[in-house]
Amino acid sequence: MDKHEVQIRVSNLNFFYGKTCALKNINMDIYKKKITAIIGPSGCGKSTLIRLFNRMNDLVLNSRVEGHIYIDGEDILSAKTDVVELRRKVGMVFQKPNPFPKSIYRNISYGLEVNNVKNKKYIEEKVIDSLKNSALWEEVKDRLNESALMLSGGQQQRLCIARCLAVEPEVILFDEPCASLDPISTRKIEELITELKKQYTIVIVTHNMQQAARVSDYTAFLYLGELVEYGTTEKLFTVPENPKTEEYLSGKFG
Amino acid sequence: MKRSVMSQKIGFFILSLCIITTLFFLGIILYFITVRGLKVISWEFLTQAPRNGMTEGGVAPAIIGTFYLTLGAILFALPLGLACAIYLTEYTPKNTVVNILRISINTLAGVPSVVFGLFGLAVFVKFFNFGVSILSGSLTLGILILPGIISASQEALTAIPHSFREASLALGATKWQTIRRIVLPASLPGILTGVILSIGRAAGETAPILFTAAAFYIRGYPDSVFSEVMALPYHIYGLMTEGTFPEKQTQIAYGCALILMLLVLLISAVAIYFRQKQRRVHYG
Ligand SMILES: Nc1ncnc2c1ncn2[C@@H]1O[C@H](COP(=O)(O)OP(=O)(O)OP(=O)(O)O)[C@@H](O)[C@H]1O
Ligand SMILES: [Mg+2]
Repeated sequence: MDKHEVQIRVSNLNFFYGKTCALKNINMDIYKKKITAIIGPSGCGKSTLIRLFNRMNDLVLNSRVEGHIYIDGEDILSAKTDVVELRRKVGMVFQKPNPFPKSIYRNISYGLEVNNVKNKKYIEEKVIDSLKNSALWEEVKDRLNESALMLSGGQQQRLCIARCLAVEPEVILFDEPCASLDPISTRKIEELITELKKQYTIVIVTHNMQQAARVSDYTAFLYLGELVEYGTTEKLFTVPENPKTEEYLSGKFG
Repeated sequence: MKRSVMSQKIGFFILSLCIITTLFFLGIILYFITVRGLKVISWEFLTQAPRNGMTEGGVAPAIIGTFYLTLGAILFALPLGLACAIYLTEYTPKNTVVNILRISINTLAGVPSVVFGLFGLAVFVKFFNFGVSILSGSLTLGILILPGIISASQEALTAIPHSFREASLALGATKWQTIRRIVLPASLPGILTGVILSIGRAAGETAPILFTAAAFYIRGYPDSVFSEVMALPYHIYGLMTEGTFPEKQTQIAYGCALILMLLVLLISAVAIYFRQKQRRVHYG
């Protein structure tokens, strides 16, 4: 486990919504260019955890965080962190596909435009590139100027992935990316995620244990805000150390 | 089973009756004004100034006056109201102070328009010394429609799903970029709906311009924002209450009413056109 390079190091992390503690003393290392799955029953704090990696929880009123998260050695929870910069580096794909009510093209160029990319030629290449890398190009190449809301749910989700790729992040966070998709779209996205591993560090939250087993290299099992077990997916799914993990995997609760 | 079918039928019948009653009155109003108004409307009526003590000629100065006043009110109230709405919905936490602000704005919407007229007289005409002018009238009307524009804009802004904002922020956009490039364009149809309603209100109000902008008769056309103007609603009021030839004047008043209606429709049509265009871009 130690032979890989660490991308994200979580250290003594606690998180509170008001007075309720949503994450308790989390410690974990997430490795570069690997897929790390976070599983656990509803409400155990999966979203809360990954939304800390790009400081999305800043938007939540009355929330409080303790501890450290280092990304490439830098403590991103410190007040000095440039959040805008951080979010360029750590992209996110949400549970429900949320394309902007704009054209397919503008959905992707948006991320570049807000990051002050002015070169039209470069933007165009980047849009095409991102669409190809998200396996959507063939389906939309003739209708880039149509509204993104005309796409199917699965296509919309791949568009959201393309949108995220366009700004060249290093880490991509997926929060249950397939939760609202049918099995075929789900398989496409899973294939895509596996493909993306070559270039990106990926953290994926999922309810679906088979999915975690299929796509991830490492799996973390969260329960009631605590990290119960974390290790290679293979080990966690075959010989879990903690009895709680085993119970969860065998469907005794969840 | 039978009973529920029966009660559904009764419910449906009552609803239809309400709609029909509403349409009936709307139809009567339109019919009445159109028929009476059409009698006097002609090219001359639209393009000439009044003659012979308001009994002949046209009402062009009043049309132009109302157009300027309404336009001025929108130009003043839209940017200001939108800025307020953005500030209130996007930049302030939902606390007591903001709630009090909100309630005050809504209360402002319920203040009788003649009170705005007095306020305009005291503040714009007298204190700022703008005189009885297009400027004073526009500002007064602007303040009158401000609460409506603010609450319509607030509603439109809050209707934009949180997920759009999150998506934008997650791409490394700043809050302001998110508002300007995602939230505002998406909420424009709703904001324009507010503007359309306000146009009707601003164009039709008499009391706020009574002391601040309007005159019953003025020779010639306004040449600056400091000119006193004629305006359609006030002209109607004048025709019906002053003068020596009530019969002729009443006819002209109906002509004015029809034009006022058409003018509001026209301005609204432009706003609706932009709204539809915006919708097509987003959802079409
Ligand atoms: N904005 C919030 N304010 C207060 N409490 C919250 C907020 N968001 C989440 N929580 C609480 O924090 C806990 C963890 O929530 P979180 O969304 O991280 O769970 P999750 O593991 O992602 O669940 P799911 O699988 O259902 O998405 C839950 O008990 C939830 O009720
Ligand atoms: Mg979640």
